[in-house]
Amino acid sequence: MSEAHAHPEHVAHHFDTAEQQFETGKFGMWIFLLTEILFFSGLFVVYSTLRNNNPEVFAYAANHLDTDLGAINTVVLLISSFTFALGVRNAMLGQRKALTVNLLITFLCAGAFMGIKYQEYTHKYHEGLLWSGAEHSVFKEDLSKVLPSVREHSAHGHTNAIADAEAMTPEFRREVGLFFAIYFCLTGLHGIHVLLGMVLIGWLIRRNARGDFGPHNFGAIDFGALYWHIVDLIWIFLFPLLYLIA
Amino acid sequence: MSSDSHGHGIGHVVPIKTLLGVLIALLLLTGLTYWTGRMDFHGWDLKIAMVIATVKASLVCLIFMHLKWDKPLNAILFFIALIFVGIFLAYTVTDTFEYEMNVDALLESQR
Repeated sequence: MSEAHAHPEHVAHHFDTAEQQFETGKFGMWIFLLTEILFFSGLFVVYSTLRNNNPEVFAYAANHLDTDLGAINTVVLLISSFTFALGVRNAMLGQRKALTVNLLITFLCAGAFMGIKYQEYTHKYHEGLLWSGAEHSVFKEDLSKVLPSVREHSAHGHTNAIADAEAMTPEFRREVGLFFAIYFCLTGLHGIHVLLGMVLIGWLIRRNARGDFGPHNFGAIDFGALYWHIVDLIWIFLFPLLYLIA
Repeated sequence: MSSDSHGHGIGHVVPIKTLLGVLIALLLLTGLTYWTGRMDFHGWDLKIAMVIATVKASLVCLIFMHLKWDKPLNAILFFIALIFVGIFLAYTVTDTFEYEMNVDALLESQR
């Protein structure tokens, strides 16, 4: 029988063909992406509710975000999506070296994204641009509880959040704090996805170096790219919703 | 080597030109949304930003994520997710102010 021939090593025994295996894997990946979209949608609903109730708070608080850094991160993530799409193409055509290069560029872009994110987060931490309950926040109901070091940093920061906070009513401060709560939840959850993506890409680079992939066996690359594109897609919405509130 | 044609192997090989075109379109749209974000369109700002984001997301889905060439089943799954997100969002947002008068009355009575 030619069954051994019809069943190459990379095709699991419960699949008839490599194509069937690939399509099944892809379908499974899309089900996972569906759960990812619904997962994030919970936070988007919280965002919409908060913004609907306090549009002026959002317009005000978004001024404390760095639009330029947000835009740079958008570009970095779009480029990484492009290089991963190129990688999928390389994998399909059996171009192993080019695949390694494209995966490496994608990995570096993801690292750059997280580096910029780290800059933004540390900046906000030092200047107290956090949710009201955070120890380092300047948006506390009782401003006498704002830490002296945070007060100091904030007064010398480029947005001088402490002066703003002092001019607000306690209710407004609490709501500005809510903006930062949803900002950190959304970007934080997204950032975790980027970090997981980096682990995934690292694993793919290692497997490619080992020679695991070929024109008939590149499912992991394709499904990894799908995950990465969803991460990019969520950021496409996060950027205008958080950074571009006029 | 018949590089860009399909019909051999598994999956659809997207030409480099197409991928590059999508990247350039995405970058231009990012520039556009950055620019419109700094302007004042009198209440239309959010709608304009969301339209641009949706166009960008469609490009990513159709080309980068291969939905254009995939079996329709994957696209159907994706739209099911979007429909439920839409229901989730629409019902919550329309309900947001539903009990506002009760809250106002409560606050009033506490004064």
